[in-house]
Amino acid sequence: MTHSTDNSAGSTVGAPITGEQPTPRQPLLRVDDLHVDFQTYGGVVQAVRGVSFEVAAGQTLAIVGESGCGKSVTVQSLMGLIPMPPGRIHKGTATLRGHDILASKFVGGQDIRGREISMIFQDPMTSLNPTMTIGRQIAETLEVHRGYSQSQAFNRAVELLEMSKIPEAAKRAKQYPFEFSGGMLQRAMIAMAIACEPAILVADEPTTALDVTIQAQILDLLGDLQQETGMAIILITHDLGVVARMADDVMVMYAGEVVERGSVDDIFYRSGHPYTQGLRLAMPSNKRAEDGGAEQTLLAIDGSPPDLFNPPTGCAYHPRCPHAMNVCAQQAPAQYGLGSTSASNQGLSHQAACWLHHELCAAQKDQP
Amino acid sequence: MSKSANDYTTANPALVEISHLVKHFELGRGQRVHAVDDVSLSIYPNEVVGLVGESGSGKSTLGKTVVGLHDKTAGQVTFNGTQLPARYGGDDFRAMASKMQMIFQDPYSSLNPRMTVGEIVSEGLRLRQDLTPAVVQEKVAHWLRLVGLSPDHQSRYPHEFSGGQRQRIGIARALILEPEFVVCDEPISALDVSVQAQVVNLLGDLTKELGLTLLFIAHDLSMVRYISDRMAVMYLGCLVEVGTSAQVFFDPKHPYTETLIASNPEADPEHERQRPSTTIQGEIPSPINVPAGCRFANRCPKAMSHCSTQTPLLKPIAGEGDQRLVACHLYT
Repeated sequence: MTHSTDNSAGSTVGAPITGEQPTPRQPLLRVDDLHVDFQTYGGVVQAVRGVSFEVAAGQTLAIVGESGCGKSVTVQSLMGLIPMPPGRIHKGTATLRGHDILASKFVGGQDIRGREISMIFQDPMTSLNPTMTIGRQIAETLEVHRGYSQSQAFNRAVELLEMSKIPEAAKRAKQYPFEFSGGMLQRAMIAMAIACEPAILVADEPTTALDVTIQAQILDLLGDLQQETGMAIILITHDLGVVARMADDVMVMYAGEVVERGSVDDIFYRSGHPYTQGLRLAMPSNKRAEDGGAEQTLLAIDGSPPDLFNPPTGCAYHPRCPHAMNVCAQQAPAQYGLGSTSASNQGLSHQAACWLHHELCAAQKDQP
Repeated sequence: MSKSANDYTTANPALVEISHLVKHFELGRGQRVHAVDDVSLSIYPNEVVGLVGESGSGKSTLGKTVVGLHDKTAGQVTFNGTQLPARYGGDDFRAMASKMQMIFQDPYSSLNPRMTVGEIVSEGLRLRQDLTPAVVQEKVAHWLRLVGLSPDHQSRYPHEFSGGQRQRIGIARALILEPEFVVCDEPISALDVSVQAQVVNLLGDLTKELGLTLLFIAHDLSMVRYISDRMAVMYLGCLVEVGTSAQVFFDPKHPYTETLIASNPEADPEHERQRPSTTIQGEIPSPINVPAGCRFANRCPKAMSHCSTQTPLLKPIAGEGDQRLVACHLYT
């Protein structure tokens, strides 16, 4: 697929740059200081603790982190998919085109879910209704949101399956989920998700259950559809390879917090947080020796992710961090701007939540 | 793991010799799953052989058949020159348990939730009648320390541990009998990235220290290339390519291997931007109705007319030594 850092398919990035001020992107979705917790018998799980980000049309934001870091809960709370109780969004705002989606999912009587934001899930086998044909399931979305008649909706469903590159779409639309393979089901899920031409597609680990050749097909498909429709994609994954392939912007989460965010190049080449660096070094690099790659030893991150019933004080990463200082255990670091040097000033500005970027620390580094 | 430190050599006689191994599963009504079809592979002492392939390619079945967890439909496996039975009985398992072991993929379902960690790890030692309870206790404590757990963990139950810790318990259980050969069936797939590295490094260190021979099954190509000395690629029950990890990864010969490696996303945005679009269409066919001829022919970008009629054999590539094998008509 063509990588889309310079993708101007969106309607928001065309404005000419005047003077020295770069035109700020018009964010489609802006999330500010989101806090989500779950009241359980064992106590309160603080799943998301102050997450802020924005997404612009035509861009792909990847949310990266290990299991339990709060990446799925973040997007599920935006979609209204968190069961409440036990879940609770106790702080924060999320606005989609100026509309507060945490307060209400309905705009003008229409549910924004499926219409403005739609979602594909990790496991296509369990996310589709096994008793309905694929075509009917897609058509249903169109009948509800667009008021299509049954036959209109079904015909459109076949077109959508064709867009998702399912061979013999007319025949496949009449089949049930069990007749599809995993890769084909994920294509059907994508067809369903794009049925109402949403502004944002949330893909929660869309390829984790798939083989690498099928993963490549699905990633290509998502990239092509993004080019055609100009939709924004929020991609949740733990696979840094998929991030490198798909993302414009990246947000790295750890223990419910954003530890670093920035453009994909910032995160991969100029990473400013020890956790992000640790993730990179924990994966083998496949550079040949003659291309400057050395056979490095994998550097594992010791310990395991923290217990969110009782997140550590200070920086949540400090018990595992090789650079931890006294202050890290005492006080949570602020987000330090690291001055994005990427060519496009459109992306998320590069920020890392780490005391190493405090001025005292930076000054000490210069001393012998 | 540093590869040069492993002084395996393919000149020695093989430790495990798999020859023409076949494993079919009968489904009734004359249908059968061709899970493993005519696989031959030699595994030499002290080497790590990585086995890669997509789901449904038969790699786990191959691993389980080699250690005797599945009966063999045809073909044979020899260990140190001794032929292993086609169908294992209780005595065979008892005899082989201290020589071959297996580490399983899912650290959640492969540990008995009703047994304590001490019981799980020491279970294999029941074969050794000569050991007193005190010695068993000591061995379990020693192995728990070796895999990075604390001896105090013995009295706990599996649910008290994280995925990475459970996988360490699985490793201790497999290695406490000090086997020579271990099949690792996707030991890291269920783990988070940071924990994967911990487990891979642990396995690498133990392999070197104990002089183990591993068959390392996984679908993560980068990780397999990292840990293995040699790599074998499987597609729909057959081996399509064998070579050193560097040969297979950086200089793939079989069109399927090429596709597999080109599809593997690299954690490097610059590299990904320059990647030519190389996706192949279609999916792995059903192992019930295997296509005639080369099993990859219907998806192969380089397929020729005789590919769908004649089955290519796994043969050495001319001029690349007798350990660089490929099953493709392009090289015959």
